[in-house]
This record gives sequence, structure tokens and C-alpha cells, in this order.
Amino acid sequence: MTRLADSFARSRAEGRAALIAFVTGGDPTPAATGAILDALVEGGADVIELGMPFTDPMADGPAIQRANLRALAAGTTTNDLLAIATAFRVRHPQVPLVLMGYANPMVRRGAEWFAAEAARAGVDGVICVDIPPEADGALGPALRAAGIDLIRLATPTTDAARLPAVLDGASGFLYYVSVAGITGTQQAGQASIETAVARFKAATDLPVAVGFGVRGPEQAEAIGRVADGVVVGSAIVDLIAEHGAQAAGPVREFISTLSAAVKRAAKEKAA
Amino acid sequence: MTASNPSIRPNTLRSGPDESGHFGPYGGRYVSETLMPLILDLEREYRAAQADPAFKAEFDDLMTHYVGRPSPLYFAERLTEHLGGAKIYLKREELNHTGAHKINNCIGQILLARRMGKTRIIAETGAGSHGVATATVAARFGLPCTIFMGAVDVERQQPNVFRMKLLGAEVVPVTSGAQTLKDALNEALRDWVANVHDTFYIIGTVAGPHPYPELVRDFQSIIGQEAREQILAAEGRLPDLLVAAVGGGSNAIGLFHPFLDDASVKMIGAEAAGYGIDSGKHASSLAGGSPGVLHGNRTYLLQDDDGQITEAHSISAGLDYPGIGPEHSWLHDIGRVEYQPVTDDEAVASFQLLAKLEGIIPALETAHALAVVEKVAPTMARDQIIIINLSGRGDKDIPTIAKAQGVTI
Repeated sequence: MTRLADSFARSRAEGRAALIAFVTGGDPTPAATGAILDALVEGGADVIELGMPFTDPMADGPAIQRANLRALAAGTTTNDLLAIATAFRVRHPQVPLVLMGYANPMVRRGAEWFAAEAARAGVDGVICVDIPPEADGALGPALRAAGIDLIRLATPTTDAARLPAVLDGASGFLYYVSVAGITGTQQAGQASIETAVARFKAATDLPVAVGFGVRGPEQAEAIGRVADGVVVGSAIVDLIAEHGAQAAGPVREFISTLSAAVKRAAKEKAA
Repeated sequence: MTASNPSIRPNTLRSGPDESGHFGPYGGRYVSETLMPLILDLEREYRAAQADPAFKAEFDDLMTHYVGRPSPLYFAERLTEHLGGAKIYLKREELNHTGAHKINNCIGQILLARRMGKTRIIAETGAGSHGVATATVAARFGLPCTIFMGAVDVERQQPNVFRMKLLGAEVVPVTSGAQTLKDALNEALRDWVANVHDTFYIIGTVAGPHPYPELVRDFQSIIGQEAREQILAAEGRLPDLLVAAVGGGSNAIGLFHPFLDDASVKMIGAEAAGYGIDSGKHASSLAGGSPGVLHGNRTYLLQDDDGQITEAHSISAGLDYPGIGPEHSWLHDIGRVEYQPVTDDEAVASFQLLAKLEGIIPALETAHALAVVEKVAPTMARDQIIIINLSGRGDKDIPTIAKAQGVTI
């Protein structure tokens, strides 16, 4: 069983959704990222999404755009990202780590190079925002060959006709981008999330995680009642923007409120 | 306006892109899942429009009566004499309504937007020419319009910003990144992804996800189709050389594409070299870049070893972009078109030369192509023929030129 499958299975056994936490690697500096990742784990995150900074984050709202720029201004390189992942894997042998980012930094030295280096660093999955299934001739196959899950995105515009293409070759989990928009700006209605999750679960056995616009415990709890995973990103990145290299404490505290929220959702489901 | 399978017509360079939107290894569709269904819709709708005589009839009618086509092919007698070589013809795209070639594409795309039932228009702009052309067609068709423009470009292209506002467009200054064309494109994509249900994105150049590079080229190919007929009428033969400026490359591909299969016609694209390729401050993605993925397509980009996009520099806001249309990348690789870098200083000198010799003030973008002609025309025989795409007029650049000369106006 992969670390990702194992993690979702454990959450499911507890009758709750997995908590998936996103931060941008290298924000505020490559040296500070390790302590922030530890804080995510200590606060109760089940899966870590490590963002690969990019100069042109087209799908991101202002919070994560600025995080990307802070990371790049601090000199963060692809090798730094891989080193952060490698060190995380040593400290947390069981916690799944997923790289999330844009195509160009991932394919710059070739998809095989990236897949091999990510595998060596102990990365479990990769989410690439701007390679749709139709354009996935190189990265997906390279990742699969290296034993890394290719996590696909589904959105409110992914209709029944497209869903099979999205699911074909997907593994790890299905990431539902719950709003048609950029990260951290709008929030989806609970009813639309419930409908979408039900639709995806009818089409796949993969766990379905919901993200984009999940700002705090209240939403995490509501989504936790219907999804297999809850993704939180911009709200954590905002704390890093505010506290910089001292962000680990506030991040740990915030994550523990989210972790409590998904556990509350489990109790409500059981009741 | 047809695309066919290259495997069926192996002897043509004009059949691309293939079904997945590729010109050789370039192009494709690298967009987020949210946009993917819309991009596929656009392609379906474009194929339907290509097959619909009513679409072409309306496009042609607007080209004639609204844009003012055909644009003249003008023999530049004094420029020819001055350079002492090949005969130089100017394809006068600057005489189009709104003063540049950009309107050709905007007319085509707004007709597509209407076909698709979209009720809101967005666009990015660098120099403002595409923004003005988009604002113009949005006004003409009664659709609200938002133009994204880098804050630096807003500053250096004030006349065009005011023009867009006069036309009823909202101009959004983009303050992320280097605050130029690349960042305006990012912001337009962010707006689009949040408004997919009602918004049509009129991309201004032959870049972006398939089918944009193809459809923009098709709408701009009217330039080369007319030039071909006009030069045959004037000289009874095809030209020896075509020259055009290349940022994204829409005016260049518009002129070049109808001639691609004429082996005797050479072509040169002028890339903006800023302070010079060696300075690192330039916008020449072919001379100084490498292939990568940005803004929906795979193409030559200015980037570092990690695939981070590096900032372009050009005195010309319209060429200040770290990429190039994918079809140009392919034409470069196969050697069909030669691309030459032209510095800021060379472009400014050519800008002034044309104004003084022919009484035509060209856009700074266009001046890059003129600089190439200044170099190559004297090396050619007097009975040879050059057509240069005079893609835009330079009124918008007067503040920039004044500043370059230390003049306060």
C-alpha cells in the first residue's frame, strides 16, 4: 500500500476526512520550510502538499502568488524543493508528501529526470495544474514508471463527458477544485460540493478531496462530512505571510483547529 | 481558413497544427482543467464557423466596411532610393481602423464570441494596440469589456489607455511580476477561469492554448493573402523577401503564412533584442531562449535552468514578452523563416528614418522590422522585391521616443 492510500485508509477507518495542508516550498525561505512542514504534521495534517514556486502561477490567487514570489525572491530552486522533500521524508517516514505546481519547472530537465528525482526524495504524488489529461504524454507516464501517483484535478466544469478522461491514469486521490476560479478567493456552496462529490464517487474508487476556498474550521467541518479529504492552502499561506520565519507556531495552532473540525465532522456522521 | 492533417498533405508547410494543436513539438493545450472544456468548445465552434459561409461573409463585410480593407501595398520609393538596393513595399496595416493589424483578429474572435453566446469580453494588452482593437469591437458589438494591462505598460502607453477608456472598456493595471505583457496575460487567464460561463477571452497573438494560435493566424492571414495579390498586380511576380516584427508573432505569421509554400520567398522575423542579446536584457526568445511551457503552449521561452520565466526587455511594449507563438518556434527550427534580433537603438533609428523619408510614423514594434530591412535591402539587387509588414502606426509611441531623446512634451 502506498503512503497516500494508507493515509486515506486510516482516516476512513476513523470515519473522518483526511486533512490535506498546502504550503509553498521556500516560503519565506528554503531553510524555514522544514519547521513549517513539521508544524503541519504536529497540528494534525494527514497529507502534505508542497507547492513548487513558479514565476507565473496562473491558477493562483493573490495569497499564493505572493508566496511564490517570496519563495523565488529567497532564491528557492528546484534542488531546494527536492532537498526539503528529502529531509521531510527522513523526519516523517509515514506522512504522504505531494508536490504541486506548474508544468514548466516540472518538465524543464525532462519529465523522467523530475520523476526520478521526486521518487528519490520520497515524494508520493504530483499535482500539475496546467497539464490536462489530453496533454499528458510525458509527465504522467514518467511519474507512473517511477511509482509516483499522478493526482488529477476535477472542477465544476468537468462534466460527465470529460470525467472519464480525467480519471484515466489518475491515482492517489481525485482533487476537486470546488470553484471555477483561482485559489483562495471564492467559496463554493455546500450543496454544489455535495452534488459534485457524489458524482465523482459514483465514477471512481479513488478518495475525493475538496479544495479551493476552504478558509477555516467551519468549512473544513462541513466538507469533512461529505468528502474523503479537505484541502487547505491560502489560509495557511496567509499565516506564513504574516509571521514569516516564526510561522511554525501559529500554523500548528491553526492546523489543530482544522484537525479538530474534521474529527467533529466524523462524530456528527456517526451520530 | 482550413486546417488539414499534415499526413495527407506532406508537401505543404501550411497544414499545421495537427489535431492536438501542435506545430512539430510546439503548441498544444496546457491549461487548467477548469478551462479545458471551454477550450474544446471554442475549437468545435471555430470548426463550425469555418464551415459556415455566413460567418465568412460577415467577417469579409466587416473587413471591408469597418476595418477599411484591403490595406494598400505601397511602394516606398524614397526608402528604396536611400537604401540603394531591393525595391521596398510597405503593407500598410497601420491604415486599418484602430491603426494596427490587431483589429483583423479581433473582428474574427468577437464573431466567435457572439456565436458561442458569450456576453463579456476580456483581453490582455502590451502596447495597447490589441487592447484598443478589442475595446473597439466590444463597443461595436455592445459587449462589456475588461482589458488587463501591466502597470508599467499603462504608464508608458497612456494615449492607448485613454483610448480604451473612451471606447467604454475597463482597463485593469496589473501589478504582479514585472507588470508587463506576461503578467497581463496571467491576470486575464485568472479572470477567465473565474468567469468561464459568460466570458470570451480575445487573445491578441498567435500564442496560448490550441486553437488560439491557429485561429489568430487564420484571421491575420488576410494580410498575406492581399499582399500576394497586390504584388502580383504591381510587379507580376512574387516578392523575394518578407520582413515583419515578431513579439508573439501575429502580424508576421499573417504576412508569412500564405507564402510559406513559395520556396523562392525568403522570410525574416525581427525579434526585439532590447539592449542586446549579450546584455541579458532582451525579448528574443528564439535567439536567447529555449523550449518550455507557458500560457497554454509549448514554445521558445526566456527561462532559467529551473524553468522560471525570466523578464523580457524591449523599448517596445508590444514585443516585451518572454515567449513567441508556437508556429514561429517550428518555422525557426525547420529553417523556413530566419529570425534576427534588433536592438532598441536600432529600432528607434529606423522609426525616425521612416518618418523622415516616407512621412509615415511606424509603431516601435514595426520599427524593428524596418531595421532588418535597412540591413538587408542594400545587399540585394535593385530588381529584387521586399515586402515589409507596416503592422501599426506610431502615434502611441511618441511619448516613449520623446523620452528616449530627452524631450519633454
